[in-house]
Amino acid sequence: MAIDKTTVAAIARLARIDVPEADRARLAGELSHILTWVEQLAEVDTEGVPPMTSVVEVALPMRDDVVSDGGYPDKVLANAPARDDGFFVVPKVVE
Amino acid sequence: MTAPTELTIAEARDALAKGDLSARDLAEAHIKAIEAARDLNAFITETPERALADAEAADARRAKGEPAGALDGIPLAIKDLFCTEGVMTSAGSRILDGFVPPYESTITANLWRAGAGLLGKTNLDEFAMGSSNVTSYAGPVVNPWRRAGDNRPLVPGGSSGGSAAAVAARIALGAIGTDTGGSIRQPAAFCGIVGLKPTYGRCSRWGTVVFASSLDQAGPMTRSVRDAAIMLGAMAGPDARDSTCVDVPVPDYEAGLDAGVKGLRVGIPAEYRIDGTPGEIVALWEQGVAWLREQGAEIVDISLPHTSYALPTYYIVAPAEASSNLSRYDGVKFGLRVPSDDLAEMYEKTRAAGFGDEVKRRVLIGAYVLSAGYYDAYYLKAQRLRTLIAGDFRAAFEGVDVVLTPTAPSAAFAVGEKTDDPIAMYLNDVFTVPASLAGLPAISVPAGLSGDGPPLGLHLIGRPFDEATMLRAAAAIERAAAFSARPGGLGS
Amino acid sequence: MSEKLMVEGRTGPWEVIIGLEVHAQVISEAKLFSGASTAFGAAPNSQVSLVDAAMPGMLPVINRRCVEQAVRTGLALGAEINLMSVFDRKNYFYPDLPAGYQISQFSRPIVGAGTIHLDLPDGATRAVGVTRLHLEQDAGKSIHDRDPSATLVDLNRSGIALMEIVSEPDLRSAEEAGAYMRKLRSILRYIGTCDGNMAEGSMRCDANVSVRRPGESLGTRTETKNLNSVRFLMRAIDYEVQRQIAVLEDGGRIVQETRLFDSARGETRPMRSKEEAHDYRYFPDPDLLPLRLDADWVAAIEATLPELPDAKKARFMADYDLSAYDAGVLVAERANADYFEAVAKGRDAKLAANWVISELFGLLNKAGKSVLDTPVSAAALGGLVDLIGDGTISGRIAKDVFAEMFESGKDAATIIAEKGLEQVSDAGAIEKIADQIIAANPGQVAQYEKNPKVIGWFVGQIMKATRGQANPGVVNQVLLKKLGG
Repeated sequence: MAIDKTTVAAIARLARIDVPEADRARLAGELSHILTWVEQLAEVDTEGVPPMTSVVEVALPMRDDVVSDGGYPDKVLANAPARDDGFFVVPKVVE
Repeated sequence: MTAPTELTIAEARDALAKGDLSARDLAEAHIKAIEAARDLNAFITETPERALADAEAADARRAKGEPAGALDGIPLAIKDLFCTEGVMTSAGSRILDGFVPPYESTITANLWRAGAGLLGKTNLDEFAMGSSNVTSYAGPVVNPWRRAGDNRPLVPGGSSGGSAAAVAARIALGAIGTDTGGSIRQPAAFCGIVGLKPTYGRCSRWGTVVFASSLDQAGPMTRSVRDAAIMLGAMAGPDARDSTCVDVPVPDYEAGLDAGVKGLRVGIPAEYRIDGTPGEIVALWEQGVAWLREQGAEIVDISLPHTSYALPTYYIVAPAEASSNLSRYDGVKFGLRVPSDDLAEMYEKTRAAGFGDEVKRRVLIGAYVLSAGYYDAYYLKAQRLRTLIAGDFRAAFEGVDVVLTPTAPSAAFAVGEKTDDPIAMYLNDVFTVPASLAGLPAISVPAGLSGDGPPLGLHLIGRPFDEATMLRAAAAIERAAAFSARPGGLGS
Repeated sequence: MSEKLMVEGRTGPWEVIIGLEVHAQVISEAKLFSGASTAFGAAPNSQVSLVDAAMPGMLPVINRRCVEQAVRTGLALGAEINLMSVFDRKNYFYPDLPAGYQISQFSRPIVGAGTIHLDLPDGATRAVGVTRLHLEQDAGKSIHDRDPSATLVDLNRSGIALMEIVSEPDLRSAEEAGAYMRKLRSILRYIGTCDGNMAEGSMRCDANVSVRRPGESLGTRTETKNLNSVRFLMRAIDYEVQRQIAVLEDGGRIVQETRLFDSARGETRPMRSKEEAHDYRYFPDPDLLPLRLDADWVAAIEATLPELPDAKKARFMADYDLSAYDAGVLVAERANADYFEAVAKGRDAKLAANWVISELFGLLNKAGKSVLDTPVSAAALGGLVDLIGDGTISGRIAKDVFAEMFESGKDAATIIAEKGLEQVSDAGAIEKIADQIIAANPGQVAQYEKNPKVIGWFVGQIMKATRGQANPGVVNQVLLKKLGG
């Protein structure tokens, strides 16, 4: 599958990674190359084959409803690039 | 008396028990060795004070007569993907700039509980994405092995290149890595050491920076099969904090290691005979078959029909999961932030500056294959292939106990080779990826040398949670191979 | 469909199609996938675990009680419980979503199709479909108005379990939407799976609204978010319906978009470009496994369901001969229904209902209380009703007694004794007073002979003379005898 610069820009936007205009053509080429290679899977007849839902064949473990965590805001904020008065700080979001 | 850095973990354990040397001796010797081998760039963060403190604590415990843990006093190198409390953890990425985890991964906590010491955090491909350790923000790792008559540095393999190089260069007694598509086994083969990827769910993933949730497993990287067994025993076990970690008893992996392979059925998959594989690799594989047959194993030809689709399947599933797992690196809660007045711009510039090219490629591929309109053709299709690949192995294991293949399609290549085409790099994992997709345990054992000198490995795949049988077969190969070559490069 | 639900536009009638998506916070001690507390009102980021903060290497582990609560809710809605369901990641970027994805359920939710019965004003009911219910994580809180150039983020709410309950687009008016919300809230409170507090945000509602001319295919719908009361929901729907009709009648087209309700202006407006069309890239969360429920476990939960509002209402109407309206008022809150039954037991149920609805609820509302902290217990109110029943006091006096009981917390008998409020039923005593009044007011007697309604004046005089304590039945009897009627 050949993908073009516009598609690269769209995926980059989805993934929140700035890809400057100058890089888009190269990236489009690289991604197209990889996508074309993985497309060989289409050769395989997978009619009726269920997708693998879990690698391990066990039941989803469940926990008891007790408060066993949290209560350490300093740890949670310790690595924050910007914090204020117990909050994380980010550039203003306009709703 | 063997130099402390030349011991295996098992030998060091005995020496410590006998009192022939102290944990402090071990730590000091390795700290010095690390300093002398800095050109390898195997470590991102060295922790000599911590190593000494751990060693002193181990010696104190021994002096008091307390029962020794499985790894008491053994200094280890830890891939910088495991969160270590109070010690900077980078995942080889700029985006985790300055991140000091306020928590300890389950795997490393298990090692410290077993009495091991921390030498430092080893270099790796960024976010474990790569098979040559050239993508790290901390720079590439150099393989301690060289080609005869060739000064060019070779890659150690990846993504656990730093761990592999450290163990091979004798600057750590053992190390841990992670394996998603081959990231323990392939660098182990490139560096002439043992590398083991346990069954998916054997080891906890809690506190280990995630690349691909359904594939990642922590595992030991050591200079002997026995050492791998010792380390796996300390690492493995249930963890209620990881829903994918299975509560299955941890056997004594050392017991029965030397029981031999008489009557063991070894499968040789036809589809692993790939056109273009160098003759010496094929020859080594045949040599492995002979070694096992000589020791009483039964050799069985098997077919794993969907083998050729394993790599493309992996390169859909792994990037897809990674694209979502790496969304948390957004400059809000930890790591790098490129400031901006606009939130969207902050995200985009932070992630552009923080992620390297290979990570970006995989995140974009991942986002694409999950996106509306493409999900069925790519991601869902790949998950169906995964069922088929696992099915191939399940069928084969009805007739065999282990499967033998080469580990890698080449010996270590030079830094700078294979970098033009990402797919050429992906092909390094052609033999290791299928076992990852099926969640099976697998191990690489150093088995010989390539014509140029660098080592080659043989690869065994076992049944789910049957690492014991796989280790027994690996020990048999190790015995027969009698691999004693040492890297001629730095560190002697 | 009923024409009276149509909305009249400039060019003719329009049909309104409404679907509601409700996010209900699950009552549990800890969060859905982390062990941090769910308690309301804590200091910022103090109820956040490493998992909630999406630190590197953190993993989700599901809370059994949250699963139970979702199953319980599904059963109470008469819905299909899916014994196999899957958790999917919904991927998008926002500061209050630390992992960059929300763990939700997309194609295989835990609960399938169910029903909610609307109680309509005329006593009728109408069944409305529930499409599905699924579990998902709540997001944190973004605070935009504390700092002019920054947004502050508190992750305490991040990871709390939500049930997303989606209705079929079966609702046809704002009133029906209100009735749906009230019934749903009532059910959730009955079974204890959500406290339904819309003002505090533990139950939130998004309204999908479209209009069409009768007989035509579905129109384009808009989604209005941010509705934190039933009143606002109804007003938003009314506004949106009028807006859409006006646009379409002017020849325009409805833009499919997300809108916010501005409660101050009573208007909806489009959200300022939060996102282009979302591509959430849903895929099964690889850190979890499919959720498989045991049929026996589900059956055990079903056995713990209390009598639900609809069944209780039907029983009240049948057993206590209450009107649909009265029964509906009493069963809306389980505590109220239980209170009523305690009063009604062994007594005149209609009288009990009257006292609870008209008198008790009135005073409770004024005092900002509920039956959970009522100064008059069911036993005490029952005692008062007994004293009316046996003639000790009249209904009129009882109201005064009740007000005093509410104020002082004393029981009826004490108050009646202290204030000497016993009803005077002795015919002899009343006759004496009647004789006095008749003798003193010949003019009124003459009026009475012309107009029998004047008996009321005599009744009033006797009541004045007896401080309201004369038995009205006896008074009437005596007057009729004496005045001749």
